Amino acid sequence: MSLLERETPGVVMTPDNIRTRKLPVAADLGIAAVALLLSAAVVYGLGIGNWVLVVVLGAALYLVGLYFGAGRVEGKRAARNRMWRALIYSACVLAILPLASVVWTLISKGAARLDADFFGTSMNNIGARDPNGGAYHAIIGTLEQVGLATLMAVPLGVLGAIYLVEYGRGKFALTVRFFVDVMTGVPSIVAGLFVLAFWVLIVSPWFNNGTPRFSGFAASLALTVLMLPTIVRSTEEMLRLVPGPLREGAYALGVPQWKTIVKVVLPTALPGIVTGVMLAVARAAGETAPVLLVAGGAAAINMDPFAGNQSSLSLFVYQQAGDASRYAPDRAWTAALTLVALVLILTVAAKLLARRNRLS
Amino acid sequence: MGDYPSRSASTSAGGPGVTGRHTGSAGDGVSPIPPDDRLGNRPPLGGGGALPTKSRFSMETGFRGLSTAAGAMVLVIIVAIAIFLISKAVPALNANTENFLTYKAWFPNEAEPRFGIAALAFGTVLTSVIALIVAVPIALGIALFLSHYAPKRLATPLGFTIDLLAAVPSVVFGLWGRDVFSEPVKSFSIWLNEYFGWIPIFGGDGPFGRSILLGSLVLAIMVLPIVTSLSREVFQQTPGMNEEAALALGATKWEMVRTAVLPYGKPGVIAAVMLGLGRALGETIALALTLGTTFVISFNLIESGGNSIAANIANTFGEANATGRGALIASGLLLFAITLVVNMAARAIIYRRREFRDSAA
Repeated sequence: MSLLERETPGVVMTPDNIRTRKLPVAADLGIAAVALLLSAAVVYGLGIGNWVLVVVLGAALYLVGLYFGAGRVEGKRAARNRMWRALIYSACVLAILPLASVVWTLISKGAARLDADFFGTSMNNIGARDPNGGAYHAIIGTLEQVGLATLMAVPLGVLGAIYLVEYGRGKFALTVRFFVDVMTGVPSIVAGLFVLAFWVLIVSPWFNNGTPRFSGFAASLALTVLMLPTIVRSTEEMLRLVPGPLREGAYALGVPQWKTIVKVVLPTALPGIVTGVMLAVARAAGETAPVLLVAGGAAAINMDPFAGNQSSLSLFVYQQAGDASRYAPDRAWTAALTLVALVLILTVAAKLLARRNRLS
Repeated sequence: MGDYPSRSASTSAGGPGVTGRHTGSAGDGVSPIPPDDRLGNRPPLGGGGALPTKSRFSMETGFRGLSTAAGAMVLVIIVAIAIFLISKAVPALNANTENFLTYKAWFPNEAEPRFGIAALAFGTVLTSVIALIVAVPIALGIALFLSHYAPKRLATPLGFTIDLLAAVPSVVFGLWGRDVFSEPVKSFSIWLNEYFGWIPIFGGDGPFGRSILLGSLVLAIMVLPIVTSLSREVFQQTPGMNEEAALALGATKWEMVRTAVLPYGKPGVIAAVMLGLGRALGETIALALTLGTTFVISFNLIESGGNSIAANIANTFGEANATGRGALIASGLLLFAITLVVNMAARAIIYRRREFRDSAA
C-alpha cells in the first residue's frame, strides 16, 4: 500500500478503480436483444428464412457484439473469455434439444397404442388393415435373449475380470486387457455376422438335420459377445477398488487365494459389479442388428429360444418402421417407448445402485 | 485348503506381484510348537509342520485355470470372429465377377454375382466423418461445461442426462430421425439448396430428405454422449495445480482452459474422437432407417441417397441367398477390420498415458 502510494501519489483507492471494470448485465442483455432484433429484421426483411435462422443469426451476432462490447469495457482477453463461455453454454443447449425432442415424440406418439391389447397379443394373423396387434412375442423374445446372454456373459466376464485383477500379469494379461478394450468397439452388426457364420450356418445344422436354423439362442450368443467386454471392464474397475488390507487379512488367516476372492473380494465389490451388469444388459436389450441377422424375427409367439425364429422389441420397432400398414408407425412408437422405458429403468436403477456403493 | 498364499509384496491391491505363490515347501520353517509339547502325544496345533503338502490339483489351480480361460476367451472370440467371417466370405468373393473393392453396385443374388464395396465404404466414411465434424465441437463444449463451467448442482444431473442419451437404443434414434427429424432437415436442405446451391455439396435438384445429411446428423447425436463422457473424464483429471498456476498467473478462465486443461487432455480427446468414429462406422439401424439406399459415390449431402456398409447389411439381408450372405459377410469383414484398426489406434493412444488407462472406459 505504502509502496503504491509512494510511486503514484495521486491515486486514491476507491472501489471503482481497484476492481477490474465489468460489462454490466444490462449491457449483456441489451446486446442480445439488439442482435436478435437485427437478425429478425435482416431475415424477415430479405425473406431468406424462418425463426430458426433468426435464432442462429441472432446468436452469431450476439457473439460478435459481445466480443466487441466487452472488448471495449473489459479488454480483449476478458472479451474472449466471455465469448468462449457463451459458446460452451450454447453447445449444452444445443445438445439438450434433440434429447428433449426424442423424449417428447416417444411420449406423445408412443401413448397411442399403450393398451392391454398391445402387451397381450402378438402380430400373428395381423394384416395390413388390422389396427390391433401387439408386441407380446417381442417382449418375450427380448427377455429370453437378454436373460440367456446375461447367464453366459456374467460368469465369463466376472471370471475374466478376476483373471485380470488377481492372477494376470506380464504380457499376456496386458494383451487380454487391451483386447477387452478393443472388443468394446466391435460393431453390433459384426457380432451378428459372426454368430451367423459360426452358429447359424455351421453349428446349428448339426442339431437340425442339416438345415441352418435361426433361433433366439443365436441372438443371445451375439449379445454375449457384445456384453462381455463391458462386464469385464466394469467388474475389473470394481475389483481394483477393493482395499488391499481386506485381501491381506484373509491371507493372514490362512485362507487360500481362490476362497479370498470368492468370499471376500467379490462380496465387497458386488454392488459395483451389479451396476456394471445392469448397464451391459440395458445396452444389449437395445441391440437390433444381431437379432435381425440371427433370430430372424417372427410374428407369432415363440417361447422356445433354442428353436425357430424369434423377435425382440428392438427388431419389432425396426420391422414395424419398415411396414407399409398405416397402423404400423403407432405400433413402432409404442414398442420404442416400451423399449426405452425398459432400458432407462435399468440404467437409472444401475446408477442409483452405484451411488449407494461405498467403494467408489 | 490346498495351499496358502504368501504375504503380498506390494501394498497396492491387485497390482502385479500381490499374490505370488509361496515358493518354499510347507514345513520348512521352525515349528511354533514348544519343544516339550513335541515330546508329548498331543497332535500339532498348526504352524509349519501341520500344513498339508501342496497337492497336485487343488481348488486354487482349478479356479486360477478357470479365470485364465475366461480371460483368454476374449482373445479367442476376436480371433474366431476373423476366422469365421473369412471362411464364409471367401466362397462369395470367389464367385464375384467384379472387383470387390472398386465395383459400386450390389447384385450378389444373381446367377452371375457382381458386387463391390466402393460406394458403401465411401458412404460409411462420409457419414461418420460428417457426424464427427458436427459432434466433436459440441461434445467438447459440453465436456468443458460439465467439468469446469457448470456449478456442481447442474453438472451432476446434466452429466446423468448425457449418459442416458448414450443408453437410448439406436433403433429409437433411427425411428425418430425418419419420422420426426427428417422434416426440419428437409426444409433446411431446401433452404441450403436455394441459397448455397452453387456449392457442389449442396447442389442438385431434389428430392431432398433421406439424405447423407440426415443420416450424419442422427449419427452425430448418437456419437455425442460417447465423446462427451470420455473427454469429460479426461478434463476432470487435469491436475488442480496446473489450473491454479494458470489462474495465479492472471489467466482468465478460458485462458486457463486453453493452456492447462486442453493440452493435458489432448491424447484423451483424440482417443475419445476415435472411439466415437469407431461407433459411427459400425452404426447400423439408425442409418438403415434414415439413408436413402443408393449405390453412388457422390459428395452431395442433401439429395436423397447415401448408404453404408452396416445399413446395407441390415437392408438386404432379408432377400440374400447363400452367395448374398457371403457377400454381406465379406463387407462385414471389411467393416470389422476398419473398426478394429480405429479402436486399436484409439486404445494405444489411451494406454500410452498411464493415468487415463484406468478411467477412460
